[in-house]
Amino acid sequence: MARITASVYTSHVPAIGAALDQGKSDEPYWRPLFRGYDFSKSWLAERRPDVVFLVYNDHATAFSLDLIPTFAIGMGERFDPADEGWGPRPVPPVFGHPALAAHIAQSVIQQDFDLTLVNRMDVDHGLTVPLSLMCAGPQGADAAWPFKVIPFAVNVVQYPVPSGRRCFQLGQALRRAVETFDEDLDVQVWGTGGMSHQLQGPRAGLINREWDNAWMDRLIADPAACSRVPHIDYVREAGSEGIELVMWLIARGAMADVAGGAAPKVAHRFYHVPCSNTAVGHLILEDT
Amino acid sequence: MALEKPYQDVPGTTIFDAEQSRKGYWLNQFCMSLMKAGNRARFKADEAAYLDGWPMTDAQRAAVRARDLNECIRLGGNIYFLAKLGATDGRSFQQMAGSMTGMTEAEYREMMLRGGRSIEGNRFVGEDGDAQAHRQPQGAAGKTADKEA
Repeated sequence: MARITASVYTSHVPAIGAALDQGKSDEPYWRPLFRGYDFSKSWLAERRPDVVFLVYNDHATAFSLDLIPTFAIGMGERFDPADEGWGPRPVPPVFGHPALAAHIAQSVIQQDFDLTLVNRMDVDHGLTVPLSLMCAGPQGADAAWPFKVIPFAVNVVQYPVPSGRRCFQLGQALRRAVETFDEDLDVQVWGTGGMSHQLQGPRAGLINREWDNAWMDRLIADPAACSRVPHIDYVREAGSEGIELVMWLIARGAMADVAGGAAPKVAHRFYHVPCSNTAVGHLILEDT
Repeated sequence: MALEKPYQDVPGTTIFDAEQSRKGYWLNQFCMSLMKAGNRARFKADEAAYLDGWPMTDAQRAAVRARDLNECIRLGGNIYFLAKLGATDGRSFQQMAGSMTGMTEAEYREMMLRGGRSIEGNRFVGEDGDAQAHRQPQGAAGKTADKEA
């Protein structure tokens, strides 16, 4: 049977992709940030999953204002890096796992979550930057990511976005779905985006280190309470784009302790300011 | 009956909700069209003609021409769509975000290096933080623009 073994949480700032693609990762501005992922790269290489269920948001790339789904699951064989206005990032395409994606869609929709099934879409920095941060080895367009990826896009751009509570419950449904898939697969769930940042208006540049770290403490130790944080708290305390953090709750909801198992082990924790306009947060939790 | 919008008392912040999205549909779709290289070239060659091809309001067209991102957002634009306009101009997210504060690029970058904008005084409209209406513009870029106007 398939099983979820760990969850990974990370910001997905587009400037990180640009810095890597332009060979700037050793510059003084960037070095401390990438150093925070050194452990993660070796951890992932050691515990390489078969499939990563990657929760991210589309940034007006695949979904225009013609149509923005609240929750969209990638069903296809392959997803290409998008041209976000600068040309596509020179990174490998993502190969999906259509059979597991179909199983998850069937199971999760029957648990009352109305997912949109997407066979064709390009994936933007929200999905490719976490892969670049976590994976060791070559990452050119002709290389390959070391596992299959099921893209899962959440609307956090057009309000109202799903609540933290809804995301947390969806994570729980996802765990039940994965555990009923017959193939023997090691699956990780990644929740991405955040932490505090605001990209618009006179309040642009807002960072709230204290709130971010208290929220991360709570995500680890008391995720149910963390899931009850209302939208307005994210907007007020972590900036209008800090709302992306609700996506971390999907990954957290998929961990064993939420289903009555043991508390996860915190394998790694990292926080860094600034990365362009954003506070970068990163966690790795292992099921024990 | 008015629906609950608890985010309206956050200073210096416009939430892109269903109502803003309705106002900004064509403005944002215009931005989206700039993801294609051919459209970027046509826009750069003749901005006014390209904008005339979209059923936007005159105020929206003027805000785009002026690259006044605060005004674009007030008129229904969303930063992730407007980022395509920024990319067409060769500007980063940091340059775009900074332009909305009245700071120069260097001033904004310096603020981020010092740990970003503080939350203190910037949670509710009516406090005294640097994002409050009575403290705009915040930097040298905005002050120069005021003098010129």
